[in-house]
Amino acid sequence: MKARVTVTLKSGILDPQGKAIEGALKSLGVDGVASVRQGKVFDIEIAGSDKAKAEAALKDAADKLLANTVIENYRVEVLS
Amino acid sequence: MKSAILVFPGINRERDMARALRLASGHEPAMVWHAETSLPKGTDLVVVPGGFSYGDYLRCGAIAARAPVMDAVRAFAAGGGLVLGVCNGFQILCEAGLLPGVLMRNARLKFICHDVHLRVERSDTPFTRGYNAGQVIRVPIAHGEGNYEADEETLKRLEGEGRVLYRYCSADGAVDERSNINGAAQSIAGIVNESGNVLGMMPHPENHVEDIMGCTDGCGLFAGLVAHLERAA
Repeated sequence: MKARVTVTLKSGILDPQGKAIEGALKSLGVDGVASVRQGKVFDIEIAGSDKAKAEAALKDAADKLLANTVIENYRVEVLS
Repeated sequence: MKSAILVFPGINRERDMARALRLASGHEPAMVWHAETSLPKGTDLVVVPGGFSYGDYLRCGAIAARAPVMDAVRAFAAGGGLVLGVCNGFQILCEAGLLPGVLMRNARLKFICHDVHLRVERSDTPFTRGYNAGQVIRVPIAHGEGNYEADEETLKRLEGEGRVLYRYCSADGAVDERSNINGAAQSIAGIVNESGNVLGMMPHPENHVEDIMGCTDGCGLFAGLVAHLERAA
């Protein structure tokens, strides 16, 4: 199964990289960019076909390593 | 003082640290590979040195914090053993949950490599007894992610419990925005855990311990640790 874990900074956490990207987009003249927050996407292949089990494993992965829950939130999706 | 220096792939300050510890204590530190599951018998001090463990992949220190040897370090710290983390070592200790908070990207996004001044906030700890409270020392920094952040509650606790041991300051000891080199919350350069036996700091005291380095202000930290352990023995 294909799965995706998306990790984003919690609101209120300063994101200097996002700010720099935001500045670059504005200077490129890209219209209507109000703000940018940078995050991470992990595409993960899960063996087996038990969706609930896969979701539990992905949550475990995110809690243990993929996200630092002091500053980050994560979302887990089993795609297929 | 018997010290053990943890070695992860990508760490590059372990030999500087070993030299400083050898100078201060007269003993050769043990180098402990990350895949070990125990520390050498009789270890007094565990040091997590600086560098770029695992290439800073994922988040600085995140992968090293989950290495097998860290369980032994956790048990050692829980038993009151002294742990010192410098630079990447500070990041690793935060990721391992041994210290609260997180080291974020420097506020001005640049890797910063030069000397800074630190104010020693108190002298009654194993990590600062070689200095006087309020003393200003000069030590180098070299990091891109040293901007200490924690939630408001944690910061309040750190301040209330006197757990901020080192703060970025000007040459005359003023803690202000200009001297807060990486944008850290409350100019924090180094903190201890609740029981005071685990210190994490971004600056490199091990790089200012001999005249040839241009400054010996880092000696006090190591001399203080040696004195603390001699008194405890």
